[in-house]
Amino acid sequence: MTDAATHSYYEDSARERLLGLLDPGSFREILPPSERVVSPHLRRLDTPAAFDDGVVVGKATLGGRPVLVAAQEGGFMGGAVGEVHGAKLTGLLERALDERPAGVLLLVESGGVRLHEANAGLIAVSEVMRAVLAVRAAGIPVIVLDGGQFGCFGGMGIVSRLCDAVVMSEEGRLGLSGPEVIETTMGVEEFDSRDRALVWRTVGGKHRYLLGEAAVLVEDDIAAFRAAALALLDHAPDLSLAALEAEHAALGGRLERFGDCRDALDIWARLGIAEPERLPILDTPTFLATVTDKRA
Amino acid sequence: MDAQTLLKRLFPDGHDVAFAGDCFSGTGRCCGNDVAVVGTIDNAPIGIELAYRMAGAVLDVVRRHPGRPILLLVDTQGQRLSHRDELLGINGYMAHLAKCLDLARRNGHRVLGLVYGQAVSGGFLASSMLADRCYALPDAEIRVMNLPAMARVTKIPLERLTELSASSPVFAPGVDNYLRMGAIAALWDGDLAGQLAEALAAPLDGDERRALGEERRGRTLARQVADRVRRDAVA
Repeated sequence: MTDAATHSYYEDSARERLLGLLDPGSFREILPPSERVVSPHLRRLDTPAAFDDGVVVGKATLGGRPVLVAAQEGGFMGGAVGEVHGAKLTGLLERALDERPAGVLLLVESGGVRLHEANAGLIAVSEVMRAVLAVRAAGIPVIVLDGGQFGCFGGMGIVSRLCDAVVMSEEGRLGLSGPEVIETTMGVEEFDSRDRALVWRTVGGKHRYLLGEAAVLVEDDIAAFRAAALALLDHAPDLSLAALEAEHAALGGRLERFGDCRDALDIWARLGIAEPERLPILDTPTFLATVTDKRA
Repeated sequence: MDAQTLLKRLFPDGHDVAFAGDCFSGTGRCCGNDVAVVGTIDNAPIGIELAYRMAGAVLDVVRRHPGRPILLLVDTQGQRLSHRDELLGINGYMAHLAKCLDLARRNGHRVLGLVYGQAVSGGFLASSMLADRCYALPDAEIRVMNLPAMARVTKIPLERLTELSASSPVFAPGVDNYLRMGAIAALWDGDLAGQLAEALAAPLDGDERRALGEERRGRTLARQVADRVRRDAVA
């Protein structure tokens, strides 16, 4: 929910998000729709294509500092990654190796690999993965913003966690296999994708923040996303052996501490949060105040 | 081919690979070189525990055996599909495994993958696809989704998908499709130890998959589009 003073990130399109997030007038698109670089594979399957293949890439400034940005459009095939879409992301990341901006921002919104061109999409996601890690290894932070209507799943869920930080709103969702995929494959008793409360407390922003999968939780307000992204530009990427050993210890600790939990409520209770069943209804500032020092 | 047979054929000079559940790791001897091996058996679904254990095995090699090549022999039906794995952040565990493999590469370990059973979606993405080069046995299976499931999800008739898959490598399962698209460098057949030795010695030049896919006419746009986005002048 947003009031008149805020501008919803959730309800915006990819292009609107870029306009609201970046310094006014600073965005320059690379391979804009006028170039008509579309997926050849969708056409062969008689499926409508988009002139940007569902992702907008370009350069801009954020707080006066140069950034490269990509925004996936959930409104086109759920932001799914095909050959062209993925190559745009990879090319943008590799451009960062040449231009050395202050950071790369990925406004993710994706169901993962686009099934109409599944093999090309899967390979493309792995190229994005390697490019993200190359950019970080070069000392340039890659920051993910996740607050769109389609969430971030599949290969893009892995890509997000390769980056320096994930900024989420409560409305954002982050995972690997979407609830519908799990329900379709494993049955409704495994994951009831129509149980909205269950879905939100499993893959939603609040739980991701409590687990440490999201670094920052913000309100569904584009100005809040902007402020969080700006602050993260000063983050120094660390992919050293020591850093990955620390991550390994943290993930091992999560397995030990919460491996037997079957619901987010169990995890929240074990984090020492009183009345965990109240967390979903708290607004973001109250939630953040309630969980201070309680994150995993 | 089962993993024991595969290991014997890859390492005729011997290996000390140990199996624990659906995971194995150890060291093989190839033409006088030690090669670290990390893999899975039985089309294992990769859940959080397995991703964590494989990452641990990779970190162990980086820590204790600087520069030792790593061969991934991952047989997987894909990521484990479960509410509980999602609850605990399986994408973070998969990303961690990918980061560890990338760390190894950056620290001078050659990372090779050989698909000997199945390689599917997220399980493939977080493991063998991070290799410097990935190879496959001719009878291996690589896919995102089988065609009947794809037809259901995309609402495109199965007959149409089947017909198109005869000429397009883009969506149908198959090792040959991944070969044409550049994700599989070559198929290994016959003298596996000899092909491993060659792969350990071959020169490397970054992520070459786009260029290979273009050369083999299986993925004709990826290299060109990525290059344009990287290099086009911006007003």
